[in-house]
Amino acid sequence: MKTALKVSNLTAKVTDSSILNNLNFFVQPGSVHAIMGPNGSGKSSFAHVLMGHPAYEQTGGSVFLYGQNITDFSVDKRAQAGLFLAVQQPLAIAGLKVFTFLKESYQAVMGTTIEFDAFKELLDKKMSVLNMDPLFAQRNVNEGFSGGEKKRLEMLQLLLLQPKVAILDEIDSGLDIDALQCVAHGLQQVRKDNPGMAIIIITHYQRILHYIQPDEVHILVDGAIVQSGSAQLVNVIEQQGYEQYCAR
Amino acid sequence: MNNTAHANKQNYIFKSKKGLNRKIVTDISEQKNEPGWMTDFRLKALDIFERLPMPTWGADLSDLDPNDIYYYVRPVEKQKTSWDDIPTDIKTTFEKLGIPQAEQKYLSGVGAQYESEVVYKSLKKKWAEQNVLFLDTSSALQQFPELFKKYFATVVPAHDNKFAALNSAVWSGGSFVYVPKGVHIDMPLQAYFRINASSMGQFERTLIIAEDNSSVHYVEGCSAPIYRKNSLHSAVVELIAHNNANIRYTTIQNWSNNVYNLVTKRAVAHEQAKVEWIDGNFGSKVTMKYPCIILKGKGAQGQIISIAVADKGQHQDAGGKIIHAAENTTSNIVSKSISQRGGRSSYRGLLNVAKGAKNARATVQCDALLLDTISRSDTYPTVKVNEQTADVGHEASVSNISEEQLFYLMSRGFSEQTARAMIVNGFIDAFVKELPMEYAVEINRLITMHMEGSIG
Repeated sequence: MKTALKVSNLTAKVTDSSILNNLNFFVQPGSVHAIMGPNGSGKSSFAHVLMGHPAYEQTGGSVFLYGQNITDFSVDKRAQAGLFLAVQQPLAIAGLKVFTFLKESYQAVMGTTIEFDAFKELLDKKMSVLNMDPLFAQRNVNEGFSGGEKKRLEMLQLLLLQPKVAILDEIDSGLDIDALQCVAHGLQQVRKDNPGMAIIIITHYQRILHYIQPDEVHILVDGAIVQSGSAQLVNVIEQQGYEQYCAR
Repeated sequence: MNNTAHANKQNYIFKSKKGLNRKIVTDISEQKNEPGWMTDFRLKALDIFERLPMPTWGADLSDLDPNDIYYYVRPVEKQKTSWDDIPTDIKTTFEKLGIPQAEQKYLSGVGAQYESEVVYKSLKKKWAEQNVLFLDTSSALQQFPELFKKYFATVVPAHDNKFAALNSAVWSGGSFVYVPKGVHIDMPLQAYFRINASSMGQFERTLIIAEDNSSVHYVEGCSAPIYRKNSLHSAVVELIAHNNANIRYTTIQNWSNNVYNLVTKRAVAHEQAKVEWIDGNFGSKVTMKYPCIILKGKGAQGQIISIAVADKGQHQDAGGKIIHAAENTTSNIVSKSISQRGGRSSYRGLLNVAKGAKNARATVQCDALLLDTISRSDTYPTVKVNEQTADVGHEASVSNISEEQLFYLMSRGFSEQTARAMIVNGFIDAFVKELPMEYAVEINRLITMHMEGSIG
């Protein structure tokens, strides 16, 4: 079986400061990995470098998606190859309807065309999983959305696009308990529907991990993974915090 | 622009001389068999045109030489334009927009006009039954002289500005619309279904009168580029909305980039009437256009929604003017501009609340989108409020396409170009959603083509 995502010796910088240092990481299909770490440890940067954000300069190493070297791929090509990033703070696109955005995105990622009615049916089904009002699709992308609504839209995209590898960057931040449960329920549904999907959960806290048990947990500090372990590691962090790692 | 391409035919095609004088103006009037009052009106306007200086504000007009323009080309001569004379880039754009060739030829002034005969005829019958008049302005002067004289030049007098004076002196073509009391025209009247080719002139004059309790939507232009050998286009549009009438005037124009587009558009809204200008400006070398609404009667409403796209070498100086001259009047201006590849767009607006216009409410929103660092956007808003009870809001914004927005869209599988076009189309959505469906589709396509840089 091919590794879903393999990152070897990944080094990157933004402007002049180094943010990732020889990072090694791999994820098997169908597994859930949690990447934890203190603020500023490089968690979000890692997610952005994986997705090919142009502000980050990759200075070394490589990224493989199911054996395909995507290191030099542009952002859109990575998405088309099956990589997905749920961003921490999704931006508003004024005047762009959620429905249009999702339909076009579905077509771009899947490389197919879908009829209006067929897509509407698919969308309604996915929206009901997340307990979303169908009228939501008529709003403009993230325009005037609450924090919870933004995260729900990210989850909705995950449900629709069914990537091979999904990176969820702080999907649980700023959510009240209802919204958190909704997002968690969406995640459980995604796993059920896509048993092969690898999921990388980037989080500062452990809240979301109470709903979805990770197969592996990694602690990221100063742009490198300093410890990996089982779900047990979450409890250690919960009790002791990150200080022991930062002191190094 | 393209004169050299057929220099050998030139003498034959243009019998009229360049420049303007009393003889030419008198000739135009005679040619059209006009009554004496119109000839006098034209000659007076010529005096005003010659007397007024070129405007020194707004866009740069220093390269425009009024003596280097053909002011009247007789219809017989007009049809001699050959399809081969139309520049290749214009033809390419037609192709990309998917416009049928018969229509392409019509739009570029070559050959027979394009008409959906069947549709047009049935509409024409319906209008006739309702006593609606919709014909070209020159014919209206012949056929309905009293009605014509009652309203003509009452909203935009010849002395309003230099180019209104010019139009008054040499006008030709344009549409005349008269909607009787209580008549509601549900289908938009489209200048697309041309009365005849002359309505798409260089100095067209359009006059729309909506009687009490009537409504009409007039649509002119289309997204296809309009090619003109003559580089000056100066139209005048007058709208009169009587009590409780409703006029919406939609314009989509995409001029070839040699054109000076200097247009005066003004409306009067009487009691409880509503006037809307929906105005889309693409192309041209220079556009100066500020649709105006005078809210003359109590409770009148005005709305101006416009977009301007300024590309390389283009200056779009556009905006809107609203004058609140009565109580309880409301107005709304939404102006969007996009500048790219060094293009310049300016919003120039006037909001005037006259003394005694109690409880006027007005909002102005102008948003500019700059697609690169070499393009330019300016805002010149003038707000005059002489009434304490007025409620006036003004918002302006300038934005770029952010790297984060592009990243977000690209991470959903869109190419950079598509992502840009999506952001731009979203930006002008407030405008596009006011358009009839087929126009909305065309505009989105046109914007996408602009983003691809395939329109030059």
